[in-house]
Amino acid sequence: MCDTCGCNVTKGNRHLLAPGGKLEKTSQGAQAITVLKNLLSENDIAAMHNRSHLDRQAVFTINLMSSPGAGKTALLEATIEALGERYRIAVIEGDLETENDAERIRAKGVPAIQITTGTACHLDAHMIHDALHRLNLAAVDILFVENVGNLVCPASFDLGQHRNVTLLSIPEGDDKPAKYPVIFRAADLVGVTKTDLLPVLGDFSMERAKQYVQALANAAPVLEISTRTEAGLQDWLDWVEKALIEYRACCERGESLRPAIQPDGARLHAAVP
Amino acid sequence: MHELSVCHALITQLETLAKAQAANRILDVTLGIGPLSGIEPRLLEQAYPLAAAGTVAEHAQLTIQVSPVRVHCITCGAESEASVSRLVCAQCGDWHTRLISGDELLLLHVELTRETECV
Repeated sequence: MCDTCGCNVTKGNRHLLAPGGKLEKTSQGAQAITVLKNLLSENDIAAMHNRSHLDRQAVFTINLMSSPGAGKTALLEATIEALGERYRIAVIEGDLETENDAERIRAKGVPAIQITTGTACHLDAHMIHDALHRLNLAAVDILFVENVGNLVCPASFDLGQHRNVTLLSIPEGDDKPAKYPVIFRAADLVGVTKTDLLPVLGDFSMERAKQYVQALANAAPVLEISTRTEAGLQDWLDWVEKALIEYRACCERGESLRPAIQPDGARLHAAVP
Repeated sequence: MHELSVCHALITQLETLAKAQAANRILDVTLGIGPLSGIEPRLLEQAYPLAAAGTVAEHAQLTIQVSPVRVHCITCGAESEASVSRLVCAQCGDWHTRLISGDELLLLHVELTRETECV
């Protein structure tokens, strides 16, 4: 988003500024200013800074989001085991308390920075910035940010990542994308995890889960993954590698990569017919 | 609960604005929020007094304009109203749509003034 060229004025809000619109009048004696600035612009500037930081070293960064216990850390452990010899992986862990997840990742021989947010329900770009300074980015090919387990708040904050992945585990139910549309709309990939539980939790319909994601106008692939049986794990690894190749091609052209749906930027800068 | 973080960011912007305009009191603040921004207007209203306490924006009237969720259909070209969990075209029913309104999180408008202190 930018605040200089007027691209913040969209079809959706232009009427507010027009003569007679709700924002045109001023109360007596006061100075009225039309601002049209994104409320999270400070976070977004820090996120842009993070992204250029990452791009300088070509560090492909995935923001991994889900509810608590959906299997984010287990998926990362399996990913490190499978790809750890070919790529240098690092992880930033976000939790309210404990170093438990970072310790699990370090046990796989990979650097992990734990951010404990205290009571904060999400990671923001400033926290990621501090964590990036604690990593040797020149020695990292793929950086995973394991966001705080929460299907609400993490969706609203750009961190500077290149891709968003949202996980949904079988016990949570197939209608999570309909119940938490903001976070599933932001996903470049939806991973349905713990599929080994499908035989015992038979009311989960994969077809319905996919339909709910599509109903959010999201064309993201929906992958079925079990880290326990390793079923579908290869599809996930292939997606990561393909996305990494795409990212590196972008870097070579001097461009960056952003998640398909960003809260504001992409929409505001798209030519609205 | 991230509404408080958003409020703190808002107050920072308001303080910067007031400083730039040499104002010492903010009377009115209007925000534009879409349901798909992930911010709940009611929670934002409750968090606002906490974040604004002791700042130039302490007694400001907060107005939140909730923008409608609207999509543009890539398949048939129609524009229609949608719901947060069903962003499909109301005309042809296709899901290949682009959001044109509904995920805003904007500071739209501010009214501020300079009050001289009575001693």
